[in-house]
Order: sequence, then C-alpha cells, then structure tokens
Amino acid sequence: METILGLDLPTWWFLVIGGLITGYGVLDGFDLGAGALHLFFKKEESRRLVLNAIGPVWDGNEVWLVIAGGALFAGFPLVYGVVLSTFYIPFMLFLVALIFRAISIEFRSKEPWLWWRKMWDISYTVSSTGITLLLGLVLGNLIHGLPINKEHEFTGNLLTFFNPYAILIAFTTLSLFMLHGAIYLVMKTENRLYTRLTVIVNNCSKFFILCFILTSMATLIYVPHMTHQFKTHPELFVLPMLAVLILLNIKRNIDARKYYTAFLYSSIITACLLILFAVGLYPNIVISTTDPTYSISIYAAASSVKSLKIMLLIAAIGTPMVIGYTVFLFWTFRGKVKLNEMSY
Amino acid sequence: MPSVEILSRIQFAFTIAFHYIYPPLSIGLGLCLVIMEGLYLRTGLALYKDITRYWIKIFALIFGIGVATGIVMEFEFGTNWATYSHYVGDIFGSALAAEGIFAFAMESAFLGVLLFGWNRVNKGVHFFSTCMVALGSIFSALWIVIANSWQQTPAGFRIEGHDLHARAVVTDFWEMVLNPSSVDRFSHVIIGSFLAGSFLVMSVGAWYILKQRFVKHAQAMFKVGLSVAVIAALMQLFTGHRSAHYVSKYQPAKLAAMEGHYDSSAVAPMYLVGWVDNKNEKTTGIKIPGGLSFLAHGSFSAPVEGLRATPKEDRPGAVNFVFQMYHIMISIGMILIGLTLLAVFLLWRKKLFHQRWLMIIFAWAVVLPQIANQVGWYAAEVGRQPWVVYKLLRTSDALSRKVTGDQVMFSLILFTLVYLLLFTLFMYLLTRKIQHGPDISEHAETEYDGYYHDNLTYHPKS
Repeated sequence: METILGLDLPTWWFLVIGGLITGYGVLDGFDLGAGALHLFFKKEESRRLVLNAIGPVWDGNEVWLVIAGGALFAGFPLVYGVVLSTFYIPFMLFLVALIFRAISIEFRSKEPWLWWRKMWDISYTVSSTGITLLLGLVLGNLIHGLPINKEHEFTGNLLTFFNPYAILIAFTTLSLFMLHGAIYLVMKTENRLYTRLTVIVNNCSKFFILCFILTSMATLIYVPHMTHQFKTHPELFVLPMLAVLILLNIKRNIDARKYYTAFLYSSIITACLLILFAVGLYPNIVISTTDPTYSISIYAAASSVKSLKIMLLIAAIGTPMVIGYTVFLFWTFRGKVKLNEMSY
Repeated sequence: MPSVEILSRIQFAFTIAFHYIYPPLSIGLGLCLVIMEGLYLRTGLALYKDITRYWIKIFALIFGIGVATGIVMEFEFGTNWATYSHYVGDIFGSALAAEGIFAFAMESAFLGVLLFGWNRVNKGVHFFSTCMVALGSIFSALWIVIANSWQQTPAGFRIEGHDLHARAVVTDFWEMVLNPSSVDRFSHVIIGSFLAGSFLVMSVGAWYILKQRFVKHAQAMFKVGLSVAVIAALMQLFTGHRSAHYVSKYQPAKLAAMEGHYDSSAVAPMYLVGWVDNKNEKTTGIKIPGGLSFLAHGSFSAPVEGLRATPKEDRPGAVNFVFQMYHIMISIGMILIGLTLLAVFLLWRKKLFHQRWLMIIFAWAVVLPQIANQVGWYAAEVGRQPWVVYKLLRTSDALSRKVTGDQVMFSLILFTLVYLLLFTLFMYLLTRKIQHGPDISEHAETEYDGYYHDNLTYHPKS
C-alpha cells in the first residue's frame, strides 16, 4: 500500500480525524465546560460575563465538530454509518441538545424578563452538560467495545450503552471540560467574579483528579485491549506518564494562580487522553466485544486511496486556514471580557 | 406504523425543509450586509451604519438557527442512512468535509468579529469580516449543492463491490465536482437565496414605511434590497432555464414528471396551470403547445421523452406533486420579476414610496421566495425518486439496517416538537426585533439628506 513519510494513507487519515477531534475537545471543551458551570453563578452580571466570555468564539469552536464529522464520513464511511446508526438515540438527543444550547446562548439576552433569562440559563447548563455526558458516553463505549456481529451490525440495545465503564468515562469527560472551562473563565474575568472562579477552579481540579484516577484504574482492570498496545510497544508508556505529569502541572499552576499556563496544560491533557485512546484502538476504530475478528479496522473502513489522497490535500490546505481564523478570532477578543451594547 | 423507510424519509424531508428556511436568508442577507456596510464605508453616513448594525443582529438570529438545524443534517446521513453513507462516503463525504473546512470555519470565525467586533477592530477589518461571512455562506452552499448534484447526475466515479458492500469510488475529483448539473443548480440555488434575503430586507423596509417609522432608514434598506432583488429575479430566469435544460438532458423522467408528460412520441406542451392524473396517465390544464419541446430541444415540434419511457418502478410516483411544486415555483418566479421591475420603474419615477398598496404587497412578499425555494427543492428531490443516487442507489436500499421504526418515530416526534418550538421562538424574536427597529444615530437622517442632496447638485461631500 502507498505510504507517505512511512505511514499508509488510512493511518494518516486516522491521525487527521484524531487531530480534528482533539481540536474539537480542546476548543469546544472549554465552552461546554463553561456552560456546565453556568448555574453556579448567581448574579445576572456574572452570568452575562461568563456567557460573553465564550460569546464570540463558541460557534467557531463547534465548527470543529462539523469538520470532524465530515472527515469521518469522507475517510471512513463505513464507520460513520455504523457508529451513528448504532448510537441512534444518543445521537438524536445530542443533536437536540446542540440546538437547545445554541438557542439558549442566542436567545437569553433578547428579553429582560427574569423568568425568560432563568429558563435559558437552565436550558444552557442542561444542554451543555448533556452534550458533554453524551460525548463521553459514546467515547466510553467505543473504548470499551460494542457487540458488533460479522455484518458490522450492532446486536445490543439502548441499555448496552449504559455500562459502568462508559458512565465513568462520561463523568470524566464532564470533569475535564468543567476544569478546562473554569480555567478559561478565570482567565477572562476580573474582580469578584475572578475570586469566585478561583474557588471553582480548585473544586473542578479535585473532581477531575478523582475521575482521572478512577478511569485509569478501571481501564487497566476492565479494558485489557487498551493496554495491549503498551505491552508490545513499551515506549508508549511515556504517554500515560506524561498525562500524570501534566495533571500535576495543572494543579501546580492553579495553586500558583498562573491560569494561562494552566489552560495550556488542560488543553494538552485533553489531547493526551484522546491520543491514549487512539493508540489503544489503532488500527481498529470500532471494537467488537462479540468476537475481536469482527472489529472494524481503519483498513476495512477506509475510502479509496484516491479519495484519501484528495482529502489529505484538502486537509493540508484547509487546516492552516482554519487555525489561522481561530488564532485571529482569539487574538481579536483577547484579554478580560467587557460588556457593551452588542453583548449577549 | 409506517415503515422505517417512510419514517426516515419524512424525518429527512422535514428536517431539511425546516433547515432550508434559514441558509437562503443568511446568504441573501450576507450580500445585503456587504452592500450596506460598503455604502457606510464609502459615504461615511451614520444612517448606513445604523442599518448595517440592525441587520447584523437579525442575521445573527437567522444564522444561529441555521447552524443548529444544519448540524442535524450532517449527522442524519449516518444515523438514518448508513447504507447510503457507506455507498457515497468516498464522494459525498469529501464534499461535506470540504464544506466544513473551507466554508463553515471561515463563516463562523468571522461572524464572531462581525457581531462583537465593532469596538475591537477598525472599520476596514470589520468590513472585511462581513465580506468573509457572506463569502463563507456562499461557499457553504457551493459544496452542499455539489454533493447534492452528484446524487442527481453522478460523474467521475466507478462502482466497487456489489450488493450491500457496493460503493461509489472517486476516479476524477474535478469531474465529480463539476458534474453535469453542479454549475446550473448552484447558480439557481444562490440566486434563489439572494431573493430570499433581499425580500426580507424589503419587507421590513416596506413595513416601516407603511407605519411611518424610521422612514429614511427604511427607504435606504429597501433600495439596497431592491437592487439585489431586481438583478436576482431576472437572472433567475436564466439559471432556471439552464436548470430545466440539464434536467431534460440527464433526468428526462424528472422533467416529464414536472410537466406531466407521458407519451414519448408526442410534442410536449408547457402548462401554466394543470392537474396530473397519474393513474390514467393524463394531464389537463392551460398550456403552451410545444413549450416543453422548445425548452428541451429548441423546437416547438420535437417530441420529448415521456414518463412511459421509464419503467414504472424506476420513475417518480408522486407525479402530480412534482408537477404542482414545479409550477408554483415558476409562477412565483414570474411574480417576483414583475414586482421588482415595477418597483424599479416607480423608484425611477420617484413614486415608489408613496404607493401604499405596493408597500403592503412588499411587506408580505417575503414569503414568496421562501415558498419558491422550498417547492423548487421538493420538485427536484421528489422528482429524483425512487433513486437517492440517480439510477444507482434506490432510496429504499439506502437505510440504516439496524435502526427500528420505534427509534425513528421517537426522533421524528422529538424533532417535530423541538422545531415547532424553535419556529415559534424565531418568529416571536424576529417580530420583536422588527418592532424595536434600528437604533438611530444622532443626525443620521439630516446628514443622509444633505449628502444625497449635495450629490444631486454635483457637490460631493468634502
């Protein structure tokens, strides 16, 4: 098979999709986390400030989901169909939650009435939390593996998804995004809200560390195929060790009130955890718990060589542009958030 | 309970039809915003700044719902149409990914600057952002229409594997992108979108004029809308003709359904209004004899391939529906041309804004391009049946095999409820925004009068 820099095309495409999902996790992660935390702020001004802290950027962040979805569709159409139709109900709820989240942000400030704002505040937090938990649940099930038969058909039911491991991953995702979001908000705020957020950041970091430890243990005990890769490639052990070191660094920077650095590290740990997950799966994407030979590998699922090449070219041209817009946007809205007449 | 296929089709049709209320408005408003802000930059008049800022707020409302309902569409391919996803992923997926990476990312990032950047960036950068958002929305449509056009007129591919494992694989990217219907359908869609956006602008302007509120601002926005609408309405005649021509060449069964034409050996008329009795394969109505023959072959006496040339199981079933939708679209297109030309004429005679009756018509005419856009797509998509990829993959074979009727029923009810709520909220907030009106800068109106008065007497603003 054709290779570029020693890697075959499906592997390249696996990396591209992994990169896009990581980009989505790092970017939308903080605004989803901010949404999950929204109801912890009681005063109207605080709520407006934290909402406007993500105001100009959340939509751009969500684009990464659209691109990652399109990339999965284009690169591994079989997996796209199997995964989305398998998780039919969770994905439908996910889509509805995305709608509610978007309109909560957009509609909240349109009327001054107390009940109106309260309603959208609740809707915003519930949908942000729901999106995060559903993403975590799907991720947890993909790590754990699914009952898939020879024809790549799912043989379980809705309850199959709610296994303890997947639920743990869902809450770990939530804790990570809440921490990530809290650090982002602390960077964007000042005065009393800032002080309040420093406390929230501390609590979030404790929540995340607890989840991190539980997830690490549960993965070692219950998901042997995740650790299989590490036995054959011991050098990969550097990854989990790195994750632990970064975790300690986040805590250290939070304690030292260096929130920009802490944000950098919470971004890296999001990436690090997703890379660990990708390494554990590779070269499969969907693991069958019915029979390992029924698992769907990237080679079975990949589009044609020609299509993958074209798409790599598109990604090579497009990704720097997307990163460029993202940087431009964040640079334009750098510094502490201020309210004005165009704010939400 | 209806079958999974019917439920999935209803769900897809419902979610896409609802979604399609918004993107055309964004695309059309995007262009109007570029013109308004461009006029502000050129003249420095506060009035243009007022209306730009006003329409940006409405744009944001529309764009937000467009994005939220658009993401649903992307994922629905996988959830409900897994076999289809596998079949077309190599081609359709790449167009969708290109849309995300080239268009949507640009649109969303610059939207942030457009909405929140007035005090953060200078006028030039802000205008640039407006242009990028407008351009992004057009690129977005480009890739989506390319993907859809490939389903209508597949090109640049070959089929690999068979039965359940069959899939289309790209052999020539540019041939796939520039498949026979891409260009015609894209231009038709974009101009339809310009009409949707510009008629919204004119509708709001006309309403203010009727209510005698913000009159100067209203006239300025009406003129911006009209300048887009009149060109678009006339161009739509051309792109519509081109589209009909490609259909006649590549999807004869669809064209035959659009005009209710059954007999291949006969000269085909073009109906102004009519009714198709599909059971007895008979069409009645007011017609131009040989009209369709002329449209398809450039001659009033040439025979046109009829529906009977296609086996029953391979042609659309809902012929009368396709016929009616197609004819509603054309009738509206003609009305839009008439309305905009009349408005331009009266504007030239300096009588436009005194015609109450015409302002009332324009205030309501906002629904016309919306209806035309909707029914045009119904005709195009229902007319393609029973194929999801023309002559290659049947809609009934494209489903997700493991999704059950209960699941689709659940999601269909869920979307129906959510979208009803969404539409109610949208209409409520839009009405509120319109009632509130633009925030008027001090001296905006006198400055505007002075500027144009000076211009008329050849004394440009210093």
